Formats: sequence, structure tokens, C-alpha cells
Amino acid sequence: MAEFERTFDICAGLDFPSVREWKQAHPESKAIAYFPVYAPVELIHAAGMLPVGLSGAGDQLDIQHADARFGSFICSIVKTTLEMGLTGHLEPFDGFLFSTICDSARNLCFVMKRNFPAMYVDFLHLPHNPSSPAAAQFLTEEYRRVLSEFERLGNCKVSDDALRSSIRLYNRSRALIRGLYELRRQNPEKVPTSELYQLVRAGTFLPVEEHITQLERVLAEVASRSPKKRDSIRIVVEGSFCEQPPLPLIRLIEEAGCYVVDDDFVIGQSWFDADLPTDGDPVPALATSYLDHSVYSSVRHDLRKPRWDGLVEKVRRSKADAVLFLIAKFCEPAYFDYVPYKQELERAGIPHLQLEFEEKSFTFDRLRTEIETFVESLVFD
Amino acid sequence: MTEKKEYRGSIHQQQKDLMLAWYEQLDHAAITGDPPTVSMMISGNCVELLEGFGAVPIYPEVNALQLAIRHQSLDPILAAEDLGYAADNCAYVKADIGCILKGITPTGGRLPTPTLILCNFVGCNTYLKWFEHLAKLQQAPLYVIDVPFMRADEPSRSDVDYVVKQLQETVKTLEQLTGRKFDHDRFRQAVECSSRSEELWSQIKHLARRSPSPFDAYFDAITLMGPLYVYRGKPEGVEFFEVALAELQAKVDAGQGVYEKEHFRVVMEGPPPYPYFRTFRDMFAKWQACAVASTYSTVGGLWEFGFRHDPENPFESVAMHMIAQNVTNRNYLQRYEQIRRYVEEWNADGVIIHFVKSCRLFSAGQGDMRDYFAKQLGVPTLYIESDLEDPRYFAEAQTRNRIDAFFESLEHAKATLSTRV
Ligand code: SF4
Ligand code: SF4
Repeated sequence: MAEFERTFDICAGLDFPSVREWKQAHPESKAIAYFPVYAPVELIHAAGMLPVGLSGAGDQLDIQHADARFGSFICSIVKTTLEMGLTGHLEPFDGFLFSTICDSARNLCFVMKRNFPAMYVDFLHLPHNPSSPAAAQFLTEEYRRVLSEFERLGNCKVSDDALRSSIRLYNRSRALIRGLYELRRQNPEKVPTSELYQLVRAGTFLPVEEHITQLERVLAEVASRSPKKRDSIRIVVEGSFCEQPPLPLIRLIEEAGCYVVDDDFVIGQSWFDADLPTDGDPVPALATSYLDHSVYSSVRHDLRKPRWDGLVEKVRRSKADAVLFLIAKFCEPAYFDYVPYKQELERAGIPHLQLEFEEKSFTFDRLRTEIETFVESLVFD
Repeated sequence: MTEKKEYRGSIHQQQKDLMLAWYEQLDHAAITGDPPTVSMMISGNCVELLEGFGAVPIYPEVNALQLAIRHQSLDPILAAEDLGYAADNCAYVKADIGCILKGITPTGGRLPTPTLILCNFVGCNTYLKWFEHLAKLQQAPLYVIDVPFMRADEPSRSDVDYVVKQLQETVKTLEQLTGRKFDHDRFRQAVECSSRSEELWSQIKHLARRSPSPFDAYFDAITLMGPLYVYRGKPEGVEFFEVALAELQAKVDAGQGVYEKEHFRVVMEGPPPYPYFRTFRDMFAKWQACAVASTYSTVGGLWEFGFRHDPENPFESVAMHMIAQNVTNRNYLQRYEQIRRYVEEWNADGVIIHFVKSCRLFSAGQGDMRDYFAKQLGVPTLYIESDLEDPRYFAEAQTRNRIDAFFESLEHAKATLSTRV
């Protein structure tokens, strides 16, 4: 699947070449960058704009300014995002959308606002109390507010029909991703995770229509593969929902003898466990889907169903042997969740290993040893 | 040179008595189950609502800071790290969880398992994790009041409605848990008391605009903050702040300040390093530098710019307080603006930014804040780093050197200015 790698490289360039290209082809249209984890891309799309996920700068950028602004003990993606802004790499964008994921990202939103005063910078409040009957109404209003900002920016009026067709498109891309994930659960040898990861992540850069075509092609191609099965253990990777691990690290995990049978990489791309309704009023549909049909993650809180139950369930569903916690350094939500996750896994007798990464790391010797030892301990158990 | 006059009027003793009485109530609740208790966060707390049930608040943050001030925070922190918490998790949480594991309490008395763990989520995402973990550990019921963050200058109608509805859900939940009927009149009276306490507290804060300031709005304010969170909705709270205001006003009238000669006036940003509270204070006392305003003292509520609870609209005003009138739920640029007003209206010479490793809510982006004050506004600004709970992160000599260097240069600037004049 060399094709992925090419797409991925093109998309993920520091200067967002695919976004520049899109803007050249659509000179009147705007591009909105959203900070991970979750963004209502349908609203952006319906306003005729290109939603693009910001996922840090990996190891491609030397931090010159952002360290002084954000100091120690702050995760890398917050700094590389600001650095990209301060060094002109985010120039193709007309606006930035942040949401309630964590305190560092929240403050970043307002630091961006001060440093880019001409830019549209907004903050979306996603409810942390979905069990309240009042949450749906609130989120509907919140989406309407943000939508009206997009309309202002895009100088357009978004009809319900337009929004419904955007939802339909994203339903399609998410269903395809769910399909690939399902295929990988059943035949992990057919869908190597390093490839799946790149394919899914490309979707944060590309127009959704293009991504759908890609996903469809790959799904057809992958189904017809018949590679040899390796003698690997089956693992779930948890904790990389926001800052993304370097690609070589994902490869390394596979090389060390693991089939990744589920993960939370680029989790926003598969945020809903079912299609969103495409009949009726679309904004409330988006809101209730977020509240009732979004997948768990460390930055989404729902008292009706603890995240740790979600993790155990995920392990069972994917028939995994173990969990690998892959946590971005200084990612406080992931650090916190590690404790209840670990407790529940231990209660369920599921082995686990915790590792830390930074998007900019490039040597992995120590991590390799730890993973290999872990795999061995499971194989010879 | 290091003479310092901490604010130690009769109020100091009264504060101690009030806080002890509060802990005694909690101890009583631990044995008898009465009164009902509710764990809450300090930030934008809705203590008034509890009055409608005769319930008493438990503030895990207060427990954690008490522990740190007494140099006892490391053990529980380590116990929590053994459980799997990271070195870089907020140490308030670790200390609190560690205390529960080890059965440590601030006074040695008992702490009850709360009737309800009420997560008033105002800005800090750690609150959600903290209280979820507590609920799991203590097997106690949890309710989250999701407070929309201040993403615009003012809250919207929908923000307020959303919080009001959740407050009403909280009332229902508490009715079920306590078997008591919510007493609306008592609630309204509590809101009324709060508005009076807040008026007095605000007047106290405005006394610091005088030179010399009669109290230190960072180090001394912390002493006054306990009663503000536990008692502001009660007559005892009103009375306490009346006495405090009178005593401080008398100091102003007599021309007395914190220091014999108030040399510098600063604004403090960020929570204090509780494990080295005294040492840190001395570093400022050495320079006769008085904090005339602080953002930390507005965590529980921001009253000096005019907000008061409103007995005519009790639910709405509690909601407004939670959304818009506490520093943690206000956005970062609103915090810049708050500090800017302090510098101008409280007539300060500089800003001290204390970066706290534990607390991303306060600290993430403080370098940008420094850039704004130092470069854009030209206000002398000092940036120092440590922690509010974990004693392992206080570099005493380095911190002292940086504070000394800052005041030396301020002094130099003042001297040059006065020779020029
Ligand atoms: S990696 Fe974690 S700490 Fe960093 S912005 Fe994302 S959620 Fe926040
Ligand atoms: S992160 Fe900061 S505001 Fe939040 S609980 Fe910790 S010290 Fe308090």
C-alpha cells in the first residue's frame, strides 16, 4: 500500500500542501483548522469550507518560540501548533476551532487568539454531563452558535438539506473506517496498523469526498489480500487520542510481534459508533449523536458509562490479549485515566504495558526492548 | 531589613475558630451521618445551594493545601504514585487520593464519606478526573455540573439556562440522597448572606488600592479565603467579614501597612507554593514587597469588579457566579485583562507570574502572558516556577535569586526615575 504513504506524505507536510491546493481550486472558500480530538466537521463542510485536523508537527519542526510561551510540563502538540502558527506554517487557514479537551489545549486557544488577532478563533464547549436532559438543548445551541460563525465567515446560509448531505458524507467515511477496523479485528494480517493509521489520518487533511474514494478503493483491495499470518499477540492501543505517536513507533509495535486489533489513533475520524440520522432537524441530530453515540475517550466524560468499562469492552470485542497504553508525554487526561483503566484491566485479568512517547521522538531503543519483553512474557505465559 | 507585619488582628483567631468548627461538623457527620455533606471544588462553588439542605461542604482542595502547608504532602503523593498516578499529574489530586488511602485528615479528626460528590466543573478538566476517581474510590454518588466555559465576553442565555437546569437536577438528587426537602427560603437567605459577605470582601480588596496596603492580597488573602468558601452564605460569614473590614479599615485610617515602608506593590498570578509558603513569603518580605492583588484569590469568586449574588434570582445568580465570576472558568485573555486592571487600578509596580507545575489550568501559556505584560504593556514581569503541593519542585536558592534580581532591577529603575524627576 505504497499509495497511502505517498498520500500521507503529501497531506502531512508542514505547510499543508493539500490544503493550499484545495484553496487554489476554490479561491472563494475558506479552510478551518480544528485542534484534535473531536470537531463537528459536518458544520464546517456544510458552510462550504474545508475542515482540517491539526495534529502537531511530528519531528519536523524545531521549537524556537513556543517553549518560551508554554514552558515545561506541557505536551508537545500544544507547542508545535503554536510554533507552526508563529512561523507561518498555518497561513493557509482562515480560522481555528478548539474544544474542551484539556486545560492546555483550552489555554492554547486563547493564546492563539491573542497572537493571531485577525483570525477567527473559537472554542466549542462540549458537554461533560451528557446524563443531564439539559445537555442536548445546550449542545444544539452551541452548534448553532458555531455554525452561524461559519456562515458569517463563509458568507453563506447553510440550509438543513446542505447539512444533511454533509452528515451523509461523513457517515459514509466513518462507516468505511469502521469497516476497515472490523476487517482488521477479524484479519489483522490483512490490515497492517501502520497503513490503516496513515489512511485514516489522511482523512484529517483531505476533502471528505476524496477520502471516501480512497477508503473505498483500499477496502476493496484489502479484502482480496491473502497474506501469511504472523505469530503475533493481539493488542489494543489506548491513550494516543490527541497527540499522535511517530509512525516508526507504530511500525515498531507491529514488528515487535503485535497485531494491533483496536486503537484510538486519530479518534475523531471514527467518533460515532453508528450513522447519524439524516432525516429531521440536523443540528439537534448532531448534538444527540454526540451525547448518545460517540465513542469513549479520555477527554469525554459520561457518568452513564465509565470509560474503563468501555476499554474492557473494547478488549473483549476485539479478542485482544493485552492493552498497550501509549501516552503522549505530559498528556494529563491520559495520565489520569491510566489509573482506573489499569485497575479495571487488572480486575478483568487483562495484561497491560504503559509507554510514553513524544511526537518528535526518533529513537525508540528503550521502547523496543520494553515491548519485546512484554510480548515475550505473554507468549511464554 | 526583614521586619514583616503579617496581618494578625483578632480576625486571625476567628478564622481559625471558624475553620475548626467546620472540621468538627465534618467529624460529627462521619460518626452520625448528620449533617449531610457534599464534596465540591473551590472554584465557582455553589455553597449557597447546600444551605437549602443544611448540608456542609467538603473541599478536597482545602484539605490538600492544609497538608502541604504543614509539610505533610509528600507521603500521600507518593502513595498515589504507587497506585499509578504520573509524576506530572496535578499533585492536589495525588495528595487527596493518598490521604484517603492512608486515612490522613487535616486535623486528625474524621472525614465523612460524602452524601454526594458534586463536581462543579468550572474550567479545570482535572476536576472531572479527580471527582470521578473519588467517587470510584469512596463508592459515593457523583453528579457533574457542566459549566460552559467563558468563550465569549458574557455568558449566553443558553449557558445560564443549562447551568440552572443542572442546579435544579442537583437539588432533586440531593433530595433523594438526604431524604430532605429543599428549603427554598433558606437557599434565598444564603444567597442574601453571600451577597453581603461579597460586598464586604470586595471592600476589603479595594482597601489594598491604598498605599500602604493594610494587608497582603496574596499571602494574607489566603487566610481569609477559608471562611469565604465555607461560610459566605451564613450569618457567621457576614459577621466575620464585617470584623475583618473594620480592622483593616482601622489600619488604613492609622496609615499602617503590611510593612513599615511599603517598597514595592506587585500583582501575583498563580497559586502559591504551599509546601514553602513561609519561605516564599519571606522572599517578598525581604524587599517589603506587598501583593496588592492576586488572581488566586479570585478562584472561588471574582467580586471586586462588582458581581454579587442576587436573592431575587437565586438560581440564576448562582449560575452566573459559576460561569462568569471566578477566575478558573474565565478564559485566558480575560485573565490578562483582570491582571491589567489590577496593575492600573491597584497601582502596582510589576507582575509576578508563579508557574505551577501541577496546574495546567493556571500555567499553560503563562509564558505568553509574560510576553503580553513585559513586551506589549511594558510592565516589569517576573516568571518563576515551582509547585503548589509537591515539595520536590521548589528550587529555593534559584527562586530567591530570581526574586532578588527582579526587585533589584525595579529598585534601580525607580532610582533612575526619581533622579530624572
Ligand atoms: S495531548 Fe493531551 S494534554 Fe496535550 S493537548 Fe492533547 S489532550 Fe491535551
Ligand atoms: S489542575 Fe489546578 S485548578 Fe485543577 S485541581 Fe489541580 S491545582 Fe486545582
